[in-house]
Amino acid sequence: MEVRVQNVRKEFDRFPALHDVSLDIASGELIALLGPSGSGKTTLLRLIAGLERPTAGKIFFGNEDASEKTVQERNIGFVFQHYALFRHMTILENVSFGLEVRPRATRPPKAEIRRRARELLDLVQLSGLEKRYPSQLSGGQRQRVALARALAIEPRVLLLDEPFGALDAQVRRELRKWLREIHDRTGHTTVFVTHDQEEALELADRLCVMSQGKIEQVGTPDTVYDTPQSPFVFGFIGESSALPVTIENGDIRLEGRSIGVSTSEPNGSAQLYFRPHDIELIESDAALSGHVVTSRRVGGTRRVELDIGGAHRVEIDLPFDHPAAERSQIVFRPRRWTLFPDR
Amino acid sequence: MMRFRQPSVIPGFGLTLGFTIAYFSLIILVPLIALVLRSAGIGWSGFWAAALDPRVLAALRTSFVTALIAAAINVVFGTLIAWVLVRYRFPGRRIFDAMVDLPFALPTAVAGISLTAIYAPNGIIGQLVAPLGWRIAYTPIGITIAMIFIGLPFVVRTIQPILEEVSKEVEEASATLGASRFQTISRVLLPSLTPAILTGFALAFARAVGEYGSVIFIAGNIPFVSEIAPLLIVIRLEEFNYQGAAVIATVMLVISFLMLFVLNLIQAWSRRRYGYGS
Repeated sequence: MEVRVQNVRKEFDRFPALHDVSLDIASGELIALLGPSGSGKTTLLRLIAGLERPTAGKIFFGNEDASEKTVQERNIGFVFQHYALFRHMTILENVSFGLEVRPRATRPPKAEIRRRARELLDLVQLSGLEKRYPSQLSGGQRQRVALARALAIEPRVLLLDEPFGALDAQVRRELRKWLREIHDRTGHTTVFVTHDQEEALELADRLCVMSQGKIEQVGTPDTVYDTPQSPFVFGFIGESSALPVTIENGDIRLEGRSIGVSTSEPNGSAQLYFRPHDIELIESDAALSGHVVTSRRVGGTRRVELDIGGAHRVEIDLPFDHPAAERSQIVFRPRRWTLFPDR
Repeated sequence: MMRFRQPSVIPGFGLTLGFTIAYFSLIILVPLIALVLRSAGIGWSGFWAAALDPRVLAALRTSFVTALIAAAINVVFGTLIAWVLVRYRFPGRRIFDAMVDLPFALPTAVAGISLTAIYAPNGIIGQLVAPLGWRIAYTPIGITIAMIFIGLPFVVRTIQPILEEVSKEVEEASATLGASRFQTISRVLLPSLTPAILTGFALAFARAVGEYGSVIFIAGNIPFVSEIAPLLIVIRLEEFNYQGAAVIATVMLVISFLMLFVLNLIQAWSRRRYGYGS
């Protein structure tokens, strides 16, 4: 089921949470809403679910206008950060709940409900725990029950609100992989909210990066990572350093000195963004030379913080065996970079 | 065999347990034992004669039946009030919330006199039902109303914190799964409140059974009709029949203890079942 969000605005007590947001979600796609807290990503998810009503704008499920429909009518699967399981019900009862509350006309027979619930517990690898209560399961197991429960109603769209936010790092990684497998197997259109960029990059077909109630950029993980459209996206996705530069006749300068790379941008001031690993060391004297302030080992590389002229600090990655002693002088230039002209 | 003492890193087990038992004995056990001993002073046959006196039995029945009805009514409306206070934001909510505690603070005699003034045949509400031939004050109905009044805060205050803990997300989860509002309340909300509702019921019931001050004004105190057991105890005392008073008190004590004990067992079971405290 494809979902179309059209010019949606949402205010809470006059405080705008979303400004005029539009987003097309393709059928069968796994899309991540990514942003810092307060960016409106959860609000957008809850609007799609029908847990909130938009102040203005419309939401379509396929060709059907879902904006005025209640949560119950929308037939969506929703997974909450803190599981929201029914603690007085067994695991099997939790998963069966969505089918059992259906009106008699559309409710499958009891044996059929049980069979389907068992099948789903099998899918989420929890067979054998049917009779347990939620309090007897670990966090990761509870979240899998929550997913099975959401899938039981055969939702048109699956919505997950920070589904792994309350779990520890190890379980998180496992469940991430596993969610991707489930998605590939069941093919549900899935929207999930996260503030963890690593999770979004690894899991999603497409990212929707949000900030302050607006969508900053939508695209595949590669596009968003390699060609960020705004300083916010550059800074939020992946590691980055920024320098205030001026452009003079195609020459990029820092504090009036050329840094050894050129551009076709018109003259003016701009912010130069680059990633710590997209640099190369050079021998000649250039503006981008600084002395090492801190140096720490990050996996296979050495992350070094440089002080340039006492005014700017940037981070660059060096080979781990580089003899970057403290206070030693390093000269470099960015290999790949992006300019965002100041307005 | 049950292990008496679990090894634990928390120090002071012996000291705190000793203090607890000593304190508990001093405050609760010693007076109760004195009461039982006093009533035992008249011997078996005397005890049964005093306990099975028709007027005593009628008073005991009035007390326990009205207290049970009052507690049951309080559970229904107390839950509703707790729900409104927790789930909705409306002007005056805090004042409303504070007012729930008033029955705790008000001298019971004041409550009793006010209720009597309202429900007496010439009172504001009493005169509305008088033409229908109904009487509220001076009947067991009046007793029940006084007990409802004093028991309400117990129910609201036990359910409120638990309801606050049942996250809104659980209700939302139920809605996303297609459950109607009614299904959410009956299948999700109420079952998860069961232990708290039982506790509230037990507290309201215990309070109502022991209530004296507010009830005696509205009850009319007609023997065999609207005379409560605590009042009969006072009457026996005024007759200098101390042992008769002690006998009624002992019977009340035993019945109350058994009922509260059973309620506690049900609570413990439902708590285990619903996974609280684990």
